[in-house]
Amino acid sequence: MGRTARMRGYSVWSLLREGVGGHRGWRPAWRDAAPKAAYDAVIIGGGGHGLATAYYLAKEHGMTNVAVLEKGWLGGGNAARNTTIVRSNYLNDESAAIYDHAMRLWRGLGRELNFNIMMSHRGVLNLAHDDGEMRQLKRRVEANRLNGVDAEWLDAHEVKEFCPPIHIGRDVRYPVLGATLQRSGGVNRHDAVVWGYARAACALGVDIVQHCEVTGIDVRGGVVQGVRTTRGDIKTSKVASVVAGHTSVIADMVGLRLPIESHPLQALVSEPVKPIMPCVVMSNAVHAYCSQSDKGELVIGAGIDPHISYTQRGGFHIIEDEIAALLELFPIFSRMKLMRHWAGTVDVCPDASPIISKTPVKGFYVNGGWGTGGWKATPGSGHVFADLVANDEPNAIAEPYALTRFATGKLVAEHGAAAVAH
Amino acid sequence: MSVQAYRLEDGGRIDRTAPLTFRFDGRAYAGYRGDTLASALLANGVRTLARSFKYHRPRGVLTAGSEEPVALVQVGGDPATTVPNVRATELELYDGLEAFPQNCWPSLGRDVGVVNDALARFLPAGFYYKTFMGPPLNWMRFEGAIRAAAGMGRSPTAPDPDRYEHVNRHCEVLVIGGGAAGLVAAREAARTGARVILAEETGALGGGLLAGAPDAVTIDGRPAWAWLAEIEAELRAMPEVTLLTRTTGTGWYDRNWVTLAEAVLDHLPPAARDPRLPRQRLWRVRAKAVVLATGAIERPLLFHANDRPGVMLAGAVRAYLHRWGVAPGRRAVVATNNTDAWRTAFDLAAAGVEIAAIVDSRARPDERLLARAQALGLPVRAGSAVVAAKGRSEVRGAVIARADGGGREDVACDLLVVSGGWAPNLALYAQSKGAIAWDDDLQAFRPQPNGAAARFAGRAAGAFDLAASLRAAAVAGAEAAGIAPEHVPEVADDGVAYALAPAPKPQGGRVFVDLQNDVTTKDIRLAAAEGYRSIEHAKRYTTLGMGTDQGKTSGLNGVATLADTLDKTIPEVGVTTFRPPYKPVSFGAVAGRQVGELFHPRRTTAMHEAHVEAGAVFELVGDWLRPRVYPQAGESFDDALQRECRAARSSCAVLDASTLGKIDVKGPDAREFLNRVYTNAWMKLAPGRCRYGLMCNEDGMVFDDGVTACLADDHFHMTTTTGGAAGVLAWLEEYLQTEWPELKVYLTSVTEQWAVASICGPESPKLAAELFDDIDADPQAFPFMSHTSGHIADVPVRVFRISFTGEVSYEINVPARYGLWLWRLIEARGAKYGLTPYGTEGMHLLRAEKGFIIAGQDTDGTVTPLDLGMRWAVKNSADFIGRRSLFRSDTARPDRRQLVGLATADPATVLTEGAQVIAEPAERSGRTPMIGHVTSSYFSPNLGRSIALALIAGGHGKTGATVHVARRGAAPVPAEITATDFLAGFGERP
Ligand SMILES: Cc1cc2nc3c(=O)[nH]c(=O)nc-3n(C[C@H](O)[C@H](O)[C@H](O)COP(=O)(O)OP(=O)(O)OC[C@H]3O[C@@H](n4cnc5c(N)ncnc54)[C@H](O)[C@@H]3O)c2cc1C
Repeated sequence: MGRTARMRGYSVWSLLREGVGGHRGWRPAWRDAAPKAAYDAVIIGGGGHGLATAYYLAKEHGMTNVAVLEKGWLGGGNAARNTTIVRSNYLNDESAAIYDHAMRLWRGLGRELNFNIMMSHRGVLNLAHDDGEMRQLKRRVEANRLNGVDAEWLDAHEVKEFCPPIHIGRDVRYPVLGATLQRSGGVNRHDAVVWGYARAACALGVDIVQHCEVTGIDVRGGVVQGVRTTRGDIKTSKVASVVAGHTSVIADMVGLRLPIESHPLQALVSEPVKPIMPCVVMSNAVHAYCSQSDKGELVIGAGIDPHISYTQRGGFHIIEDEIAALLELFPIFSRMKLMRHWAGTVDVCPDASPIISKTPVKGFYVNGGWGTGGWKATPGSGHVFADLVANDEPNAIAEPYALTRFATGKLVAEHGAAAVAH
Repeated sequence: MSVQAYRLEDGGRIDRTAPLTFRFDGRAYAGYRGDTLASALLANGVRTLARSFKYHRPRGVLTAGSEEPVALVQVGGDPATTVPNVRATELELYDGLEAFPQNCWPSLGRDVGVVNDALARFLPAGFYYKTFMGPPLNWMRFEGAIRAAAGMGRSPTAPDPDRYEHVNRHCEVLVIGGGAAGLVAAREAARTGARVILAEETGALGGGLLAGAPDAVTIDGRPAWAWLAEIEAELRAMPEVTLLTRTTGTGWYDRNWVTLAEAVLDHLPPAARDPRLPRQRLWRVRAKAVVLATGAIERPLLFHANDRPGVMLAGAVRAYLHRWGVAPGRRAVVATNNTDAWRTAFDLAAAGVEIAAIVDSRARPDERLLARAQALGLPVRAGSAVVAAKGRSEVRGAVIARADGGGREDVACDLLVVSGGWAPNLALYAQSKGAIAWDDDLQAFRPQPNGAAARFAGRAAGAFDLAASLRAAAVAGAEAAGIAPEHVPEVADDGVAYALAPAPKPQGGRVFVDLQNDVTTKDIRLAAAEGYRSIEHAKRYTTLGMGTDQGKTSGLNGVATLADTLDKTIPEVGVTTFRPPYKPVSFGAVAGRQVGELFHPRRTTAMHEAHVEAGAVFELVGDWLRPRVYPQAGESFDDALQRECRAARSSCAVLDASTLGKIDVKGPDAREFLNRVYTNAWMKLAPGRCRYGLMCNEDGMVFDDGVTACLADDHFHMTTTTGGAAGVLAWLEEYLQTEWPELKVYLTSVTEQWAVASICGPESPKLAAELFDDIDADPQAFPFMSHTSGHIADVPVRVFRISFTGEVSYEINVPARYGLWLWRLIEARGAKYGLTPYGTEGMHLLRAEKGFIIAGQDTDGTVTPLDLGMRWAVKNSADFIGRRSLFRSDTARPDRRQLVGLATADPATVLTEGAQVIAEPAERSGRTPMIGHVTSSYFSPNLGRSIALALIAGGHGKTGATVHVARRGAAPVPAEITATDFLAGFGERP
């Protein structure tokens, strides 16, 4: 346990040295590997979760003969598209456990990976606009407190103090009555997380294979034999699917039907401006959330497009609603400009909680169903999934997320208190 | 005020009789109506307009349009109306305009940020990923500084006073781009009588023709500008043609749904802006066919210091000459790889600008061009390229060298005109998922047809000679309307066919690819060396093309640089994903009228006026504004609440229940339908009777509840919770349409059709008897859970004998227009019985006394009917939504959280709703296990003590046990688990 990656270190000193030397000494952050004929484990999906799984498999479980297979460019799925809100103030004990596990790992992740993931713990506000929401959010704050998760309640004036650009007048349709604040919540740089994990996993021996789509999974006698890909067949006894929006597609390759629906989820950025938004603001009722990137863009999102689709394309009316909602909270942003909008495909479970599970097919493991809010779990998800893949048994944090819960009814229902669950 | 030293004697489409004054960077300047900020500043000899994003290098004007990467300014100093990142090349000048440079401090001339430029070697692409990782170089400490350095302009800080609108249109043909090609296409399409919309981004029609002399070419025998005026007039005379200027195609979505952003007022001085008009409009157009006539974008050349102010694109320079009468320099070097930039050289020469050299990377430029240059006495360097710009802050010269590196010469100039060739402007098409393909002859990507819905006209189609371009336009326009082209314009021009060689490769130094984000060729090479080899990775690592221009002028050079580094071809490297919008659009325009009062409009009931008069305190429930309590003069909220609740149980009280969701359910299968969506049985409910029902989700969790009345065998009146109404209707429709299309059931929301006054209390039968014309109000004759129709003062009413308070109640429904009248009538007649209006808070309290649930408050999507102790509402006889889930092993577990009553040991202590319940009398120091939470909590006036409902693990088996309710910063409150019906438990009343 506890291997450390061997890589050329990044530091101020190496930057200075390379600066003097014309930056000729830098090596590829990760090796663009060609697939081998066999691995001890194959991870499908080179997003944040897949790469984190590979990294922890190698680091914590000594499994280094591992490949991550990515059908496109590394991190080009939801990892590249998400709005990177990180928080752990979830209602249920099971959720608090996994998201807070992730939060603990985020804290030191930049150093651990020797890659600045720009983890900015700038605080996340969840606004309440009516009594029902106040009741719900206060309930959550109390649950967080008793679970040891950092959370506090702010009244409207404290909200304004924490986030000066917000409008807290009572004259609007959704007045801000108060908010929960998780100070340790915040945002980070999605690409850096992907690249940092890839680099560290690669340094431990993991093969990172891009442009390699898994097209089938060989199962004999209920046991995984290997995968078929666009770059040839690969033998392996463990296949770990971490493909976010395409989880049902991969599961279907072994004849497994999952209670997952895939939807478009959109996001957008404004033109960059000087710092104006100090924190992350989320609102269920108006249905929008916003933060500001280090480059200066306002990063804005909302809920899913209601239709089911793999197209990574949503309707513009959702963008219109999302911006209208944002302007309700921040009327000063009306003259800011929409610069770019896009969509990803998110995998939504009926209880709005993920699946981290063994399956009836021996050697086939599923990590998916994170829906609109899996980014924040990335290190935690990878960490516990690696444990499951290595030991063939879930640990205490992963255990509630078994597939069997849909048969027994032991759901981890997060939709009640978190309809916008980013 | 400075003189317009670079303004030409005459020419240009500016109004020299309308001089304007404006301010930039704190200084006053003069310009003319028809100028852009960029043309006016260039006329005044101002070349440095901005500081760059990262290195704070001075930047000038590269282009003459919306593709501009660097000439960005902040417009206006008012905190409410200021706009950041406005392209000076698009900003139409008006009198009194004030603009500020961005991203510099303390001033544009002296910007301390330039230290970054000096330190550039230590700040390569992605430097921030390699440092600031942890203590002592903690990211959060550096982030502040980095954020402050980034970002360019500033957000407004006060609410926007302006209005925005959406316009919805259908048309047969939408032409995007109002250059010659767009106009020809529109005319061809319009001949059929089709509805044609043409959207032109700038304030004038004409596009590229405006960037040439008025008579540079002739079309159908007419000089260019005269022809433009004529075709414009022709189109304006056609009733089905809509010509929009200052209108940009911004998004091309599925099935030709296209958004157009129209700037309505921004080009006018504030005093001249008509307050009745919106600032901007977003047109949402559904077009049968779209003609892309968006022209082409010129590609800059790559060489050392190619970012210096004074380096300008050839096409743009021509536009400044002809459209604005400005020569942006006195001595120019023109560097190109193609025929077109020569025209700029000739036009500059004609305008009196000295041409220091025409530098063409092609060894053998077109004979005709050479002859013309010779005739004009212009020095030509064929087979050569500019390898560096000279000058510390602005261009002072160019270094020219042959392709083999030899023949180096320094040439002084103050204007360095560059052209790396033209590329069809296909961003809009590409973001619609249209295919594009590399064309080696054009050295550019070209749009590929994708079926009948999209056509390409003019330079957007890759046709760079005017004759071919207009031929393509005529075909595109005609075919878009489903006919053959009728009139292909005749063109006479200089006869030089467009030809180009691949752009010359840079020869070292600091070569800028993305001028806005300060991305150099070295950055791209570094990205490749570090493994960021996919164009998407290289983009993200270097921030190439991620600015407000979205890489319009840098994309191709970026791809070419990466391709060169990786030894691949440009098509092998490919392009990054194009995304909407084509250029930034105000949030205000995107939201349209959906702001303020019109954002999720608030709803009020027919009786609202009476509540306001009565001094009610309101609360928002779903979209509705509902009276919460009616405090009398000097009365506190709590006192009012207690008074209202006492009245309901001792005399008589009235509630405005109009907001409850009401759905008319009709059809031969209505009964079967109800039986499937409710957990209880509906097959035997007789007409005239009502029944309470629970709805579950597929996962067996309670989702909504309400009373439904049987009006006739095939006709029911369903009620839902106020907040759940829309969701329930949508959910019922989804089931009807997707799961049970065989059921003949029709659902109609009738929430607004009925106004509802619910009277309750021991005196209410008397009041009811007095009100009704023809209904026997006696609770014996008109029993609980029945309903009937009748009249009050001849007004038809439906009355339901149902109760949410546990008291005798009559829910009187009248057509909404009688709602206010009914309320006032009830108040008038009820006064003698002590009638008291009560609000939602009283309703909540009264129902809690009786132990009735509120779906959404006492349930949260994790609660089954069994958990609520409502097994009686779950049928055994037939299937219903959620049934299978309900009987899974874990949903039937006895230790699930179940609804119970809680009575605090101290009857005066009212628990906090949402508080967590723990088993132990004190919190632990670490994690404290929770066994449930308080869902509802009140002080009950009728029982004289506090009451609460809670969901508690295994609660149904724990009656009498003591639990503890946690509080932040105080000891937990002990409370006893009770039954939920407090009236039965504590009250003396039955
Ligand atoms: C617009 C948007 C905003 C979001 N905002 C937030 C937020 O603010 N906070 C938050 O916590 N979460 C957010 N999310 C959710 C979050 O992005 C996801 O839950 C999370 O990124 C999913 O894990 P991942 O990174 O591994 O997924 P991905 O990056 O999608 O990785 C899955 C990978 O699998 C690959 N793949 C699929 N099929 C195959 C195959 N057959 N063979 C090989 N490879 C395959 C895909 O190409 C993809 O790269 C957001 C999502 C979206 C779309």
